[in-house]
Amino acid sequence: MSSTSPSGRTRKERMALPRVEPREHDATERAASFCEVDLGLDWEGAQLEADRCLQCVRPRCIEGCPVGIRIDAFLGKVAEGDIDGAAQIIFDDSSLPAVCGRVCPQESQCEATCVLAKKDKPIAIGQLERYVADAARAHAPPAQRVTPDPDGGSAAIVGSGPAGLACAADLAQAGHEVTVYEALHDLGGVLAYGIPQFRLPRDVLRAEINRLAELGVRFETNAPIGQAEGVDDLLAEHDAVFLGVGAGVPRFLNVPGEDLVGVSSANEFLTRVNLMEAHRPDADTPLPQVAGRRVLVFGGGNTAIDAVRTALRLGAAEATICYRRSEEQMPARVEEIRHAREEGAQFALLTNPVELLDDGTGALAGARLQRMELVEPDDGGRARPKPIPGSEHEVPADLAVVAVGNEPNPLLRRAAPDLERTSRGTIAVDEETGATSKPRVYAGGDIVTGGATVILAMGAGRRAAASMDREIRAAKSGAA
Amino acid sequence: MFPVREAQTLAPDVVRLVVEAPRVARYQHPGQFVIVRVREGGERIPLTIAGADAEAGTITLIIQAVGLTTRLLCTLQPGQAILDVTGPLGAPSEVGYEGRVAVVAGGVGSAIAYPRAAALARAGNELVTILGARTADLLTLEDELASVSASLRVVTDDGSRGRRGLVTDVLADDVEAAAAGIAPLDLVLTAGPVPMMGAVADVTRPHGIPTVASLNPLMVDGTGMCGGCRVQVAGATAFACVDGPEFDAHQVDFALLHRRNQAYRDQERAAAEAAQAAAEAAQAEAEADDGCAATQPQPRPTLREAR
Repeated sequence: MSSTSPSGRTRKERMALPRVEPREHDATERAASFCEVDLGLDWEGAQLEADRCLQCVRPRCIEGCPVGIRIDAFLGKVAEGDIDGAAQIIFDDSSLPAVCGRVCPQESQCEATCVLAKKDKPIAIGQLERYVADAARAHAPPAQRVTPDPDGGSAAIVGSGPAGLACAADLAQAGHEVTVYEALHDLGGVLAYGIPQFRLPRDVLRAEINRLAELGVRFETNAPIGQAEGVDDLLAEHDAVFLGVGAGVPRFLNVPGEDLVGVSSANEFLTRVNLMEAHRPDADTPLPQVAGRRVLVFGGGNTAIDAVRTALRLGAAEATICYRRSEEQMPARVEEIRHAREEGAQFALLTNPVELLDDGTGALAGARLQRMELVEPDDGGRARPKPIPGSEHEVPADLAVVAVGNEPNPLLRRAAPDLERTSRGTIAVDEETGATSKPRVYAGGDIVTGGATVILAMGAGRRAAASMDREIRAAKSGAA
Repeated sequence: MFPVREAQTLAPDVVRLVVEAPRVARYQHPGQFVIVRVREGGERIPLTIAGADAEAGTITLIIQAVGLTTRLLCTLQPGQAILDVTGPLGAPSEVGYEGRVAVVAGGVGSAIAYPRAAALARAGNELVTILGARTADLLTLEDELASVSASLRVVTDDGSRGRRGLVTDVLADDVEAAAAGIAPLDLVLTAGPVPMMGAVADVTRPHGIPTVASLNPLMVDGTGMCGGCRVQVAGATAFACVDGPEFDAHQVDFALLHRRNQAYRDQERAAAEAAQAAAEAAQAEAEADDGCAATQPQPRPTLREAR
């Protein structure tokens, strides 16, 4: 290991450098706009931050990355000032780096295992990934179309979310013909309908998907597999099929009043805004009036935070997260919670809805909530919330958004009725290979794990791609 | 893009389109629907597949101009196209031999009822159809329904054609005849305005006559993801886009469905008016700017500088 970096700083000097924090859009300004909140690093900052990397002999950060990006190598290139070299490494290892640099929970993955995290703050790996991907996008020529491998085959990918895109990218890189089938009119799955533009601008997502198209991936929108052709139809035309169909139908609270006008799932609320852009004056899709209204969001995950921040941007007078545990247990990213708070979101922690109240016309008037206390942990190790007797109280509200997770989509039963499922209704797979109980059919992402993260879905897509590549080649050589 | 092959006006503000949509045409079954989006920035709305020709790769849609998107659809001519057609969606109807079946359709509900009625007729059922509308001009698919029915009774609110009154007046007679053992009624199939379907259910419920309603809640994605189309059936939440659109009418909370369908009434009216205004405005104005600087990576030096 060299003791000095390309910058000429000694190891000691580098260790003394403070972590470079990204610029952020001012909280009061951004709370009224859908522009990206995190403005990223600039070139000097990126180079300085990359120079903090100690280039460990056994880089722990890579172990923390679900897709195994060679982080030390690309950081080294950034420190050297070689953006194209850094981009080459990242694009070899990840198909959606500009997306992942923005939406991955780095603080619990690569940055959590960074050695610097023990002493001080870890390297801002996510920010650097994003910086390199953005810079490469702005300056790089189009990706080279991969020449089809004569020994390759053809693969069908169902769903264009993170799992499907990652799987498609690797299979295309390996020289297979890849077709991605998407039920909606636009590509990206949850990246398009779920994640707001202020976290993931649409042009960033489109550019990464365009890159896959340049590699040779074919995309078919308006193709609801399971409703149109089923998996068996796809198997007749392709050598292997990957199911990355996502989490499915939204879960509701199971409290009275949930069907009142003004109550929607987070999926619906976010889809109207993100996918349909219903808040724009030139969009045809209707949206409940949010401006000046009081909005309650039930849930504590990233989706709940996305919903509350979206409500604030639409001009909500009050937007409150109701979560039945305390902030510590919230599954949302720490940074997202902080952003929401800066933008004016309120937090009613340790509260749970028992009823949504009717204004007398069938529309929402408010909620009856109860206070909770945390008691001994459940099987999952999380403190369990328990209602406090006599703590029921009512709060007024005009809109409620329910963000308490999803259940497997019943469409899948029609797509492949013979697939083995878990007791939770998700698809049963071999974790190593992503193989389902049905020959030549693989699956990954939320349809296997239940609601999880973008990067875990991508990791599953890539593992499945590796197995599919092996199986397709084995079948071809066996047949030859 | 999904080209329009034929466009025909069936009644004032009711248009029949034949649209190229090979995937839908090939895989569709009676009772299913598509979601269409007419233009960039357009909304997604569900439309029943009124017919399909798998060989020609076309489907038939019958559209009543009520909102912004349906108005735009009704202006389409051969040579023009629909931006997105997704489908088939929804669970196919169960079509078997039931015996004597009353098809009760109101307004443009006839377009929803017709494909299943035709399938029931093919399965050997005897169809006694009741077709209603506010006024004679608004009766749609009368000939088509007549061609698959043993009898067709027409009812209009104003008496401008057929019997004056409501479809449920005629149905009540049929139900009474069945109760008296004069002519059996093995199944009732209803499609149309929500209050009408609710009234049909109320007529048949006391007699325990199996009744199926094809529901038309608001939808966004149509694949089960958004939950906007949730309805209460037998006291439980169901999603019309994947569990339906057909349900046991005796178990459906029609009042709730009606309220939920009104949720965007004001916005929809405003949207239709705004679209009118926008169409008149300059097209340059239409390209709305969201006020964000395009997301650009931070400036970086050229390669030479960087190295």
